[in-house]
Amino acid sequence: MASERTGSHIIGYGTLTAVWIALLALTALTVWVALNAPGIGHVWGSLAIAAAKGGLVIAFFMHMRYEGRLLRWLLFVALLTLAIFIGLTFFDVLYR
Amino acid sequence: MKPTDQTPPPAASFWNDTGRSGITAWLFSTDHKRIGLLYFFSVFGFFLVGVVLGLLLRIELMAPGRTIMGPQTYNALFTVHGVVMVFLFIIPGFQGSFGNLIMPIQIGARDVAFPRLNLFSWWLYMGGAAIILTSLFTGGGPPDTGWTFYLPFSSRTGTNVSLAVFGVFIVGFSSIATGVNFVTTIHRLRAEGMTWGRLPLFVWSLYATAWVQILATPILGITLVLIIAERLLGTGLFDPSRGGDPLMYQHLFWIYSHPAVYIMILPAMGVISDIIPVFARKPIFGYKMIAFSSLAIAAAGSLVWGHHMFTSGMSDTAILVFSFLTFVVAIPSAIKVFNWVSTLYRGSISLEAPMLFSLSFILLFSIGGLTGLIQGAAATDIHVHDTQFVVGHFHYVIFGGSGFAFFAAMHYWLPKFYGRRYAEKPAIIAWALMFVGFNILYFSMIVLGLEGMPRRYYDYLPEFAPLNLLSTIGSWILAAGLVLLLVNLFRGLRSGERVGSNPWGGATLEWSIPTPPPTENFEEEPVVSHGPYDFRGAGIP
Repeated sequence: MASERTGSHIIGYGTLTAVWIALLALTALTVWVALNAPGIGHVWGSLAIAAAKGGLVIAFFMHMRYEGRLLRWLLFVALLTLAIFIGLTFFDVLYR
Repeated sequence: MKPTDQTPPPAASFWNDTGRSGITAWLFSTDHKRIGLLYFFSVFGFFLVGVVLGLLLRIELMAPGRTIMGPQTYNALFTVHGVVMVFLFIIPGFQGSFGNLIMPIQIGARDVAFPRLNLFSWWLYMGGAAIILTSLFTGGGPPDTGWTFYLPFSSRTGTNVSLAVFGVFIVGFSSIATGVNFVTTIHRLRAEGMTWGRLPLFVWSLYATAWVQILATPILGITLVLIIAERLLGTGLFDPSRGGDPLMYQHLFWIYSHPAVYIMILPAMGVISDIIPVFARKPIFGYKMIAFSSLAIAAAGSLVWGHHMFTSGMSDTAILVFSFLTFVVAIPSAIKVFNWVSTLYRGSISLEAPMLFSLSFILLFSIGGLTGLIQGAAATDIHVHDTQFVVGHFHYVIFGGSGFAFFAAMHYWLPKFYGRRYAEKPAIIAWALMFVGFNILYFSMIVLGLEGMPRRYYDYLPEFAPLNLLSTIGSWILAAGLVLLLVNLFRGLRSGERVGSNPWGGATLEWSIPTPPPTENFEEEPVVSHGPYDFRGAGIP
C-alpha cells in the first residue's frame, strides 16, 4: 500500500523548523489582522490564516504531504463535509 | 445471561472458548460477539431506566396540576429521560449490540478490524454513562435543560450540566471509534465473493451510519466543550450582550443531532430490510435502491439540521433552504418504504414476532415521517413547534421506528446466539399490547399538540385533561406488553426450545454457521457465491 510505503518518511529538522517559524509568523499576522483589518475583513482574514496554518500542520507535522491517495481522499471528504456545514450555516448568518 | 439447561452449548461455541474465566472473560474479551452482548445488556438496561422515567412523566401528566412530583423534578426527569434514551440507548444501540453481533458474520469475517478498539469503545461508553449517572446525584443535582442543553439557559442553571455534558462527550468518542472500526471492517474484511452488491442490507445501513458517526460526532464534541467553556470560563460565545450568538449554539448542536437521528434509524431500516424478505419468502425488491437510499439518507440527512430552528429567528433564506432539503430526505426514505411493501406483495407471508414488529415499523415510521414533513414545511411548523405534536412525531420515528426494529432484531437474532428461542404466542400477545399501547400513548400527543398543548410543560389547561389521561393509560398498556416481551424472550433464551443453525430460513451468512456461533465464526473462510436474499437452497424450516 502506498501509505505503508511512505509512512516512515522522516522530515528534516530544517523543514520542521521552517514550518514552525511560518506558524509563528502567521500567528503574529492573525493578531495584526484582528487589530488593523477594516470591518468584516478581520473575520475573513483570520479564517484564511487559520486555514493556512491548519494546512501546514496537516501537510508537514501530520505527514499528509507524504501519504497515499486514499488518506488524501479521506481528508478531502472530511474537509468537504465541514465546508458544506459551514456554508449552509452562512445561509442564516449572512441573510439574517 | 447464559443459556442454562441439561445440554450445554457445543464446546466450540463462543460461550465456552474464551481463554479467561469469570467476569473478566466478558469485561476484557475482544470477541465481537461478547462485546455485542455487553453492549446489548448495557443499552437495554439504560432503555429500561428510560422507560421507567417516561412512565413517571406520564403519571405526572395524567391530570392537571401536581400529581406525583414538583415542576423542578419534572424538568429534571424529562431531561434525564432524553439524555438516557438518546445518548445511552438508541445512538449506541444498534451499532454496539446487533452491529457487533451480526455484521462481522454477515460479511464472512472472524471479527472486526480492530477488536481492541472495539472493546475500548464499550469501556468509553460505560465510562461516559457512569459520569452521566454521577451528574444526577452530585453538584446541583440532575440537569434540567432538556437533552438539547440549549444555551443560554444551560450556561446559567445551577444544576449539574457540566458533568452530564462531559459524560456525553466521552460517549461521543465511543461512537466515533465504533464508526471507524465498522467502516474499516466492511472495506477490508469481506470474505471472498462478498462483493458490495452482495452485502446484506443491514451491513449497508451500518456502513452509512458509521460514516455519519465519523463525520458528525466530532461537531457534537466541540459543541459540548463550548458549553463547558461557557459555564466555567464565561467565554460569551453565545451571549449577545458580549458579541456572541445564541443561534450559533443551535446550529452546532443540530449539525450533529439531526444526523444522529439517522444514526438511530438507519440501522433499524437495515434490520427491517433483512427480516421482511425472510418472512415474506421472497427476495428483497429493489436491493440496489435500498442500499443507495441508505447512503442518500446519510448524506442528505446531514444537511437538514436547520429545520429544528424555523421559529428561532433564523434568516428566511435559511428557512427556505433547510425546508427544501428536508423534503429531499423524504425521497430516499419513501424509496425504502415502497420497496418493503413491494417485497411483501404476493409474498408467502409468515406472521411471526420478528415480522409483526417489522410490519409495525413500516406503519409507525411512516406516521412519524409524514408528521415530520408537517414540521419540515415552515408554515405549518410555526403552529406545531414546541408542542406535544413534536413529542408524538419524534416517538413515532424513534420508538415506533427504531424501538420496534430493535425488538424485531431481538426476536430474530438473539436465538442464534443462545441456541434457544422464545414462545411464539406470548410474543405475539406482547407485540399486540405494545402496538395498541404505543398508538394510544403517542397519537394522543399528536392530537394534543395540534390542539395547542406545549411540550415540556409541567401543568396544562383543563381542556387537555381527557387526552392526557388516555395517553397515560396507553403508556401502561405499552409497559405491560414490554414486561411480557421481556419475560417471554429471556425465559425462552435460557430454557426455551432449541433452535438449529437456520430457524427462519435466512440466506445471509449468519444462518450458515452453527448455533451458537463458534468463537471464530467460520471453521473455514467462506466463499460467497450468491446474494443475501437468494433463498434457493436456504433451508426453509
